[in-house]
Amino acid sequence: MIDHLTPVLVGTLGAATPLVLAGLGELITERSGVMNLGVEGMMLIGAIAGFATGVGTDGNMTLGLLAGAGAGVLAASLFAVLALSLAANQAACGLALTIFGVGLSAFIGQSYVSHSLPGLQPYDVPGLSSIPFIGPVLFHQDPVVYLAFGLYVLVAWVLARTRLGLLLRAVGESPEAAHAIGYPVLLIRWCATLTGGAFAGLAGAYLSTVYTPLWVQNMTAGRGWISVALVVFATWKPTRLLLGACLFGGVTILQFQAQGLGLDVPVELLASLPYMATILVLVLISRDRSLLLLNLPASLGRPFLPGR
Amino acid sequence: MASADLSVPAISSDLGVSPPAEPVSLAAASVVPAADRLQLIGITKRYHALVANDAISLSVAPGQIHAVLGENGAGKSTLMKIIYGAVRADAGEMLWNGRQVQVENPDVARRLGIGMVFQHFSLFETLTVVENIALVLGGRFDLAALAERVRKVSTQYGLSLDPLRRVHSLSVGERQRVEIVRCLLQDPQLLILDEPTSVLTPQAVQKLFQTLRQLAREGVSILYISHKLHEIQSLCDVATVIRAGRVTGHAIPREETPASLARMMIGRELPQCAVAPYLGVSRPLLEVNHLSLPAPDPFGTSLQDISLSVQAGEILGIAGISGNGQNELMAALSGELPCASEAVVLEGRAIGHLDPGARRDLGLGFVPEERLGRGAVPAMSLARNALLTAHRRGMVRLGLVNDGLAAAFARQVIARFGVKCSGEAAAARALSGGNLQKFIVGREMEQSPKVLLVSQPTWGVDVGAAAQLRQTLIDLSREGVAILVVSEELEELFEICDRIAVLAAGRLAAPQAKADCNAEQIGLRMAGPQAEAA
Repeated sequence: MIDHLTPVLVGTLGAATPLVLAGLGELITERSGVMNLGVEGMMLIGAIAGFATGVGTDGNMTLGLLAGAGAGVLAASLFAVLALSLAANQAACGLALTIFGVGLSAFIGQSYVSHSLPGLQPYDVPGLSSIPFIGPVLFHQDPVVYLAFGLYVLVAWVLARTRLGLLLRAVGESPEAAHAIGYPVLLIRWCATLTGGAFAGLAGAYLSTVYTPLWVQNMTAGRGWISVALVVFATWKPTRLLLGACLFGGVTILQFQAQGLGLDVPVELLASLPYMATILVLVLISRDRSLLLLNLPASLGRPFLPGR
Repeated sequence: MASADLSVPAISSDLGVSPPAEPVSLAAASVVPAADRLQLIGITKRYHALVANDAISLSVAPGQIHAVLGENGAGKSTLMKIIYGAVRADAGEMLWNGRQVQVENPDVARRLGIGMVFQHFSLFETLTVVENIALVLGGRFDLAALAERVRKVSTQYGLSLDPLRRVHSLSVGERQRVEIVRCLLQDPQLLILDEPTSVLTPQAVQKLFQTLRQLAREGVSILYISHKLHEIQSLCDVATVIRAGRVTGHAIPREETPASLARMMIGRELPQCAVAPYLGVSRPLLEVNHLSLPAPDPFGTSLQDISLSVQAGEILGIAGISGNGQNELMAALSGELPCASEAVVLEGRAIGHLDPGARRDLGLGFVPEERLGRGAVPAMSLARNALLTAHRRGMVRLGLVNDGLAAAFARQVIARFGVKCSGEAAAARALSGGNLQKFIVGREMEQSPKVLLVSQPTWGVDVGAAAQLRQTLIDLSREGVAILVVSEELEELFEICDRIAVLAAGRLAAPQAKADCNAEQIGLRMAGPQAEAA
């Protein structure tokens, strides 16, 4: 049994990583009261930027990943100019950013279709990776996986324990009150949005340079949307987000295995399983309305301009 | 510059501070002893055509409790926001301890030593008390140590507080304490309080005043903004009266009468309501039987076993501090929150299960607390807003709107209730609070309801319009309509109601005839079973 389970679990963390990254980014953004629906677009822009940089530098993966994050920041700053500084409708700006990202990445990606990248080798954590079962599952992963889970710890700690986290939550709940007691609301929202962009861009670059080191048009395949949904269903809590992402990752790998077994089920149906399973489970978890309301950043999606 | 210098001694002499005989030079300014803590010279602020503050000057001495008295909309709040840096003045100077300062944002104000307790609280509901306070304090981020300091300061000033509770679970009075303690922890030299008593029981007001007097003795200057004359008389050393954005008088409140202060504030005599006896037959029109409802959201209040009845020809008042179930009770009575059908009975008919539209069909009128958004749609014209509830009067045939009828109805309401507006095509949001309220109340009255529910009838309404609204409600009840009024203003309830009941923590105390109750008792009941002021 364990022989069958190990490869599934080994794959789970890798499959969950893009969702963890993009989801954490969106969680930070939404905690500040900004709803950026452009995650899918920012991921795609990050993916093509990372891939193109990787190819251009003859397989320098670090530069590729950094370029992905940087491209995510640029994409998010487009959104921020419109939705924050000019106080345009956040939902509309986010959707526009996604559409823009899909188109831009496809356009740039045309000339990269036949290329491939070396990817990243798994890194064995000394000592820990030789523990039976747990070792290969947790400690035989590529560095970005460790980075993603490290970022989860960092974000959870900052939100719960630091002044910065408190401030982020405060701005998200009531920008008016935060302004009244003297905080630069717009600046804080800008920073949160750009951080979200960096995380989404990194998630996209991870997909295109490490997870499947090829360029395929629209390769994020809705993971950006799932990340946005994860954040809401996780009631803006990092741990629930992490669990949701791992669930998605696990079902993704499971359905790959099922495809390999040659079951008489349409591939499309199997491929949709991770999305359906994640949404279903999270909807069940987040049925508690009061939990949702207690954690909802009350100003989510509401533009704020100081002095009006 | 010359005119500014002239105005300074004029104000100072009112405050009993000896003014410098000559206009002071810069060098001399530093040796003038007790400079005023705060001095404003010619503060002006315009919002488009509206002049909110017109060359306002005032000065506050150290340890002085200084009232800023004015009606809703007179420009008091704007002035305080300018002092606190939340709004920028178009013209004028501000001197802080004798030095000219530019307060560009609230952070600068706080560092100068200016603390503000807001009328609409600036607290974060989902955070704890100590987290809320930590957000405004600098220094090391150590919540445990801060919680200890909060406990200490709150006991020192008799403002008991549990630092670890989340703000959404606090009563309104407790929230105000959080704001005050938050200011005190910053060692302010000037404390601004904007209408601080509108949310307090009479006993809590007395406690607040004790705290403020203690602070003043310790040298803190206090700017106290209010439109309540008796409070200003009992608390404040001096008063600056503002009307329509201008200073209309300086006074020592203890040497004035409420009538003379009111004249300065509104420019004429304080209007009084005439209460006629009801001559018709009394019979219960609205009955509520053992109404219990769980809170619809985690920030709400559950209603517990509420029973009452409102007779034809009377006004029943529900006193209490907002957040004690007022919104939930009104939602249950209006039909926004359906309940057990027997729990609400209109003229002998169980209507608890009906939606608001069906209840209105049966003659239940409703004036909600939120004028914009619930009572009226802000962007729609008055005629369209009239249509929203008055469509029952033949304005819609076969799904088609008869705009002519709706406009005529709106014009009739505007004329009969003296609504000041540009006509029935004016958007609801273009009206002042008082005029919009007159329109909404008028719209409901013109439909001849059997029972009228009114929530906070004169909240944010100027004195003149408030008096007219109160008289309108009294007159309507004497025509045989049963009226239920929910209000935070005790004085208002005493003025218009026949019986008064108190809603505290979701429970309703039995109504008493007005003649049998006094403000003291009602205040105690408002504090609820735990008597929050203890």
